[in-house]
Amino acid sequence: MRFTIESQQLESDLVKRVEEMIEQSPSICYQCGKCSAGCPVHYLMDIPPNVVIRLLQLGQIDRVLESRTIWVCSSCSTCSTRCPKEFKIAECMDALRELALATGKDTPSEKDIKLFHQVFMSNMRMFGKVHEASIAGVYKLKSRHFFADVGAGIKMFLKGKIKLFPHRIKGVKEIRAMFEAAGYGRKEKEEPSTEDKEQEKLI
Amino acid sequence: MSRIGVFVCHCGENIARMVDVTRVAEETAKLPGVAVSVDYRYMCSDPGQNMIKEAIREHKLDGVVVAACSPQMHEPTFRAAVVEGGLNPYLCEMANIREHCSWVHTDKELATQKAIDLVRIMVEKVGKNQELFPIKVPVTKRALVIGGGIAGIQAALDIASGGHEVVLVEREPSIGGNMARLSETFPTLDCSQCILTPRMVEVDRDPRITLYTYAEVEEVGGFVGNFKVKIRQKAKSVIADLCNGCGDCWNKCPQKKIPSEFDAGLGYRTAIYVPFPQAVPNTPVIDRERCTKFLKDKCGICEKVCTLNAIDYTMEDEIIEVEVGAIVVATGYDLFSVGKDQPNEQWTGYGEYNYDAYPDVIDGIQFERLLSASGPTQGEIRRPSDGKEPKSVVFIACVGSRDPEKGLEYCSKICCMYIAKHAMLYKHKVHDGQPYVFYMDIRAGGKNYEEFVRRAIEEDGVLYIRGRVSKIYKDGEQLVVVGADTLSDSQVQVRADLVVLATAIVPHRDAYELAQKIGFGCGSQGFFSEAHPKLRPVETNTAGIYLAGACQAPKDIPDAVAQAGAAASKVQLLFSSDELEREPIIASVNEATCVHCRNCIRVCPYSAITDKEIKDKKGNLIKMVAEVNEGLCLGCGACVAACPSKSIQLAGFNDEQVFAEITALGSG
Ligand SMILES: Cc1cc2nc3c(=O)[nH]c(=O)nc-3n(C[C@H](O)[C@H](O)[C@H](O)COP(=O)(O)OP(=O)(O)OC[C@H]3O[C@@H](n4cnc5c(N)ncnc54)[C@H](O)[C@@H]3O)c2cc1C
Ligand code: SF4
Ligand code: SF4
Ligand code: SF4
Ligand code: SF4
Repeated sequence: MRFTIESQQLESDLVKRVEEMIEQSPSICYQCGKCSAGCPVHYLMDIPPNVVIRLLQLGQIDRVLESRTIWVCSSCSTCSTRCPKEFKIAECMDALRELALATGKDTPSEKDIKLFHQVFMSNMRMFGKVHEASIAGVYKLKSRHFFADVGAGIKMFLKGKIKLFPHRIKGVKEIRAMFEAAGYGRKEKEEPSTEDKEQEKLI
Repeated sequence: MSRIGVFVCHCGENIARMVDVTRVAEETAKLPGVAVSVDYRYMCSDPGQNMIKEAIREHKLDGVVVAACSPQMHEPTFRAAVVEGGLNPYLCEMANIREHCSWVHTDKELATQKAIDLVRIMVEKVGKNQELFPIKVPVTKRALVIGGGIAGIQAALDIASGGHEVVLVEREPSIGGNMARLSETFPTLDCSQCILTPRMVEVDRDPRITLYTYAEVEEVGGFVGNFKVKIRQKAKSVIADLCNGCGDCWNKCPQKKIPSEFDAGLGYRTAIYVPFPQAVPNTPVIDRERCTKFLKDKCGICEKVCTLNAIDYTMEDEIIEVEVGAIVVATGYDLFSVGKDQPNEQWTGYGEYNYDAYPDVIDGIQFERLLSASGPTQGEIRRPSDGKEPKSVVFIACVGSRDPEKGLEYCSKICCMYIAKHAMLYKHKVHDGQPYVFYMDIRAGGKNYEEFVRRAIEEDGVLYIRGRVSKIYKDGEQLVVVGADTLSDSQVQVRADLVVLATAIVPHRDAYELAQKIGFGCGSQGFFSEAHPKLRPVETNTAGIYLAGACQAPKDIPDAVAQAGAAASKVQLLFSSDELEREPIIASVNEATCVHCRNCIRVCPYSAITDKEIKDKKGNLIKMVAEVNEGLCLGCGACVAACPSKSIQLAGFNDEQVFAEITALGSG
């Protein structure tokens, strides 16, 4: 699909939001492509990471928010580590995920990844660290993929990698404050989802 | 019988691997006339050279053949050694048994045979060689500089500082060239006129520099150290010695609507004018094609208002003759023409950009004039059509450059930088404006250049879009620029109030004509050719003629100034002695047999041959012959081959010598 960009679309308030969130302007990117070159999941993306940044430079954030790329990104930060201009691509991807959910512009596909993302984030908010068992529980309940990866789960459990009961870190209040400050869960379109409540219930 | 020494070099393994050098020495020792023949590992080394010197003395040699590499490499070395041994340098010849033999053959026996043949040829030739002596020509220590842009100004000042006289010829009424039209200069953004005008004033003040403006070089004759130049001083119609530049005349001139060349058509001038306020000299000229007095014999106002009686309508062009020893050509550049009016039939212009149709599509120099405090808008950014401040400006790179189909193949080198500068300066002046740049690559190689471009993008918010523009059309008061962004796979349409085309840098429109007139080369693109692209970048192939600035290739100011300084130092090197020594390998005419067919005159690529009249004592013409000018002849030999009566001989390569070589080969 080809796009035509008109000059009035070259500026976007949402791009400014991204800039505020990551405290950097995409204009510093000079499109060398090194981020895309190193990205381990590039082959699964519909828009390569450098083009994501390019589209932000051109104010075309909707195309990015609708993309699968932001959900495919595994936050490994290879891109940010390698970028010669020290642009925080992985952080930017994170900001884009939040904005996509907040604006409801996110792609209708990649449901599982989005669900996992939300479960993961609310779990973090809850305990201040990740509790694998409850993430798995909530995720499976909501996704209805009851039997996927069960073998791996059992192996991890037997090796003591998965604790049955969550452990709340001391600074959980501070972590939550950080989530609030970052505007997490602040919806701009639809009502807030119920992940947080469900997680509470499960425990 | 001659006594010739043969010295066979192994060149380490280079020759010895494929040629049995010992056998070459043994075999050639038996040749008639050879007194001694030896081989050695490195003939060019000190011990090798000493062998030659000692052999000359010991064996009383009268000729030397060094069988080694190409004479391009070591002929000077061995000739110097021969001189130290007490022989004339032209009694030494080289047989090339490396490039012409060992490097190109695979059969050692045959290669050895060939090496022996090559030596035998040279032995025969050396036997016929005569002593030759360098030609000495006097040097006139005065330089001509053509073109008074920054390059010409710099060259003139440098040569003058070296204590020599300079004649500076500028075609326009003032010196300054294109730099005078610029606003601020990348990458430091210093005001162009502020750094240029002091240098212009220096030219005016330096007693060693004679300045002719509104003048052109008409004819150049002679040769290095001894050029004879005719300069046409066009009639200014104003007596410079009387005029004090008060400006009464141009303020009163009723012809006020003549598009100003200096302002690239965005402003106006009068018929009597100085191109810009800081002009040097500050004497106006009358543009006779626009002046009512000359067109209709009316008006005459300037003459009336001039209290110093400096106006002279009867002034005529004047031809000034000067003798100079060296010429620096610094005629600069023009901009590729985008409109319908094309100077070159291969160019078709860019109809799709509508440069002719839309006044708000302008070129880079016009934008410089809009930015400049001395420009038609006093430095305010106002678009030509309605004088409004443009809120969105599109800059288009590579217009005419890198476009072999519609324009030129090459990159104009400086436009990437001035585009970044333009976009930046625009943003500095119009804070709520948005500059866009359509580009293919950003070429910013140079000290602090890349940083400058990044500053434009990152700090001043210039939006670079990677792709060429397909067309520009009008929509209401705005222009719609249709381009692409190849980085995001998009078509992009920008609504602009003003569009600036970075048009290609091309040689000055009459550069070719000038090169023909003076006698040096132009490349395929019309820029003047340097003698060697790496090792002799400021010299031309014609001795005594040097290049400076953008006439040689697109250049920015730092490069133009650096080249001008280099050209000036070459001139001073030439002027450092009173006489020049030239290779004596030149042609000469046998006047007794010359039939004056003029073939040689036609074929000589250096115009070194002229007609000569032979007269008797009473002055009656007996016959006409050809005559070679020793200063100009470069010994190419073209005339020798062209002469049907065998009346021209080339010293060092006369018929006897060449035939001796051929016979030697046949007798092998
Ligand atoms: C839009 C634009 C912006 C630029 N901005 C910058 C910048 O910011 N920084 C920078 O470093 N460079 C800049 N440049 C490049 C700069 O203009 C050149 O590097 C510089 O002017 C070259 O000087 P020159 O003396 O070689 O040639 P010119 O300035 O072209 O001078 C040549 C002179 O020779 C005269 N002449 C020509 N033919 C004859 C003849 N036959 N007889 C007598 N006289 C003759 C001409 O009238 C002229 O005065 C810019 C160029 C453009 C087009
Ligand atoms: S590595 Fe950095 S500079 Fe290069 S394309 Fe990616 S974000 Fe841009
Ligand atoms: S953080 Fe995301 S975009 Fe960056 S390399 Fe990893 S997966 Fe790719
Ligand atoms: S310098 Fe830049 S704008 Fe000029 S021709 Fe080269 S690439 Fe194009
Ligand atoms: S040798 Fe060459 S340069 Fe000399 S006169 Fe003959 S043709 Fe001209």
